[in-house]
Amino acid sequence: MSLPAWSLPSSELERIGIEHEWPERVDAEWAFGGSTGAGVRVCVLDSGIERDHPLVGPVQQSLTVVPEGDGHALVEDEGVDLCGHGTACAGVIRALAPECSLHSIRVLGTGYTGSGDVLLSGLRFAVEQGFDVINMSLSTTKSKFAAVLHELADSAYFGRTVLVASAHNMPVESYPWRFSSVISVGSHDQDDPRLLYANPSPPVEFFARGVDVEVAWPGGSTLRCTGNSFATPHVAGMCALVLAKHPQLTPFQVKSVLYLTSANVAPPSIGGTP
Amino acid sequence: MTDPFRAVVAAGILPSEEQHRALLQSIVTAAQAIFRAQAASIFLHDEETDELVFEAVAGRSSGDLVGTRIPSSTGIAGWVLVTRQPLVLEDLGNDPRFARNIAEKTGYVPEAMMAVPLLHEERALGVLQVLDREQSDRFTLAEMDLLGLFASQAAIALDLLRGARRAKAIVQGGAVDVALVAELAAALEATEEGHREAGLQLLRALVEIISRN
Repeated sequence: MSLPAWSLPSSELERIGIEHEWPERVDAEWAFGGSTGAGVRVCVLDSGIERDHPLVGPVQQSLTVVPEGDGHALVEDEGVDLCGHGTACAGVIRALAPECSLHSIRVLGTGYTGSGDVLLSGLRFAVEQGFDVINMSLSTTKSKFAAVLHELADSAYFGRTVLVASAHNMPVESYPWRFSSVISVGSHDQDDPRLLYANPSPPVEFFARGVDVEVAWPGGSTLRCTGNSFATPHVAGMCALVLAKHPQLTPFQVKSVLYLTSANVAPPSIGGTP
Repeated sequence: MTDPFRAVVAAGILPSEEQHRALLQSIVTAAQAIFRAQAASIFLHDEETDELVFEAVAGRSSGDLVGTRIPSSTGIAGWVLVTRQPLVLEDLGNDPRFARNIAEKTGYVPEAMMAVPLLHEERALGVLQVLDREQSDRFTLAEMDLLGLFASQAAIALDLLRGARRAKAIVQGGAVDVALVAELAAALEATEEGHREAGLQLLRALVEIISRN
């Protein structure tokens, strides 16, 4: 008699053999030392990424969500950013993980204001494409989208896509950052781009650099910005560094590595930054 | 009681649109003063036209901006509205597009901007912007929290304004009967205590007679 797929007869233990290479102690050197993010595909779900920005460099793929029939389709885009925010996030990721491959899915800035549907479709496309990391510096307050967002976040989690989402710093319910299947990010006010703090009181799980960050801005320029939406790509970039070195890690394990190398968890001699 | 009826009665007995607007104005004035900023403004998102409308302005260029509309699908305010995330941007002068777009509308080109979404229940009603705060030091997370507090206040005021306008639209929408009832409610509210009870008795009797038919 065959058992359901979610059970494990002892005769099949070999089937689930997992090769791992965990060190005795996970430290910054093991986690991302020497990593450039090479080979990791990072998607920025935002307002687009400006083509040829010097601080962003090559963008592998630029796509836009457009209406089609009752739903949406994903079409090639010319690499424009009408707002600037997506370019800013991409620049932060590029600075941390210079050799990662950047992809843009534009869900904002084309006259769809207020439409959470576009955001959902964009995220669905991103999850289906199987990116290694998705940066989502945005949220919705509409509870009717929460269930679908939750499913998508879980699909990403089980499909080995790390979804990094901005926490809200106002006292409102919003999604998807509150879900445990994503990595949620708030801001600290220090200048080290690799400095992370793990939060012992979730739902915000990590604090990253988010105050007075110099970011890429359309027109080839730069701007100094503050907000959790700039802390988020710092964590996305760190995830890219970890995954480039350890591509077999699941989102759960990546989150654990970030935790173990956070400045308030690791002793100064072990963590990334004292 | 039906919703439109409730709204109409509310129009009669609640403060008018002008008073709600005065509340919004006091919020931007306080925000401008506390951040020692050059200007502060509140935008309402007009869902029908998908535009952001200046509802209250304090400080530089406050002239005739109230009522001015800007597209909500591009730019910083639009991003803040859609993503529900507050942003603080500095060195805006480096972005020629930004300067041109804003200058055309307001005549004032800021160097720095704080923008925060006005969230009420599940909706993003608009955006609060503070331009060119006094920068003796770098921006702090405490300032971000303060901005959030102003935003909560502004969101409630904006919701009241929307409610008053909705009620007014129903009253002015040609429904003579509901307009009359609203007028009645307003008159009753303005009546002195002793007379009001008599008025209420009369109304109860009226309701009984009407419902008999």
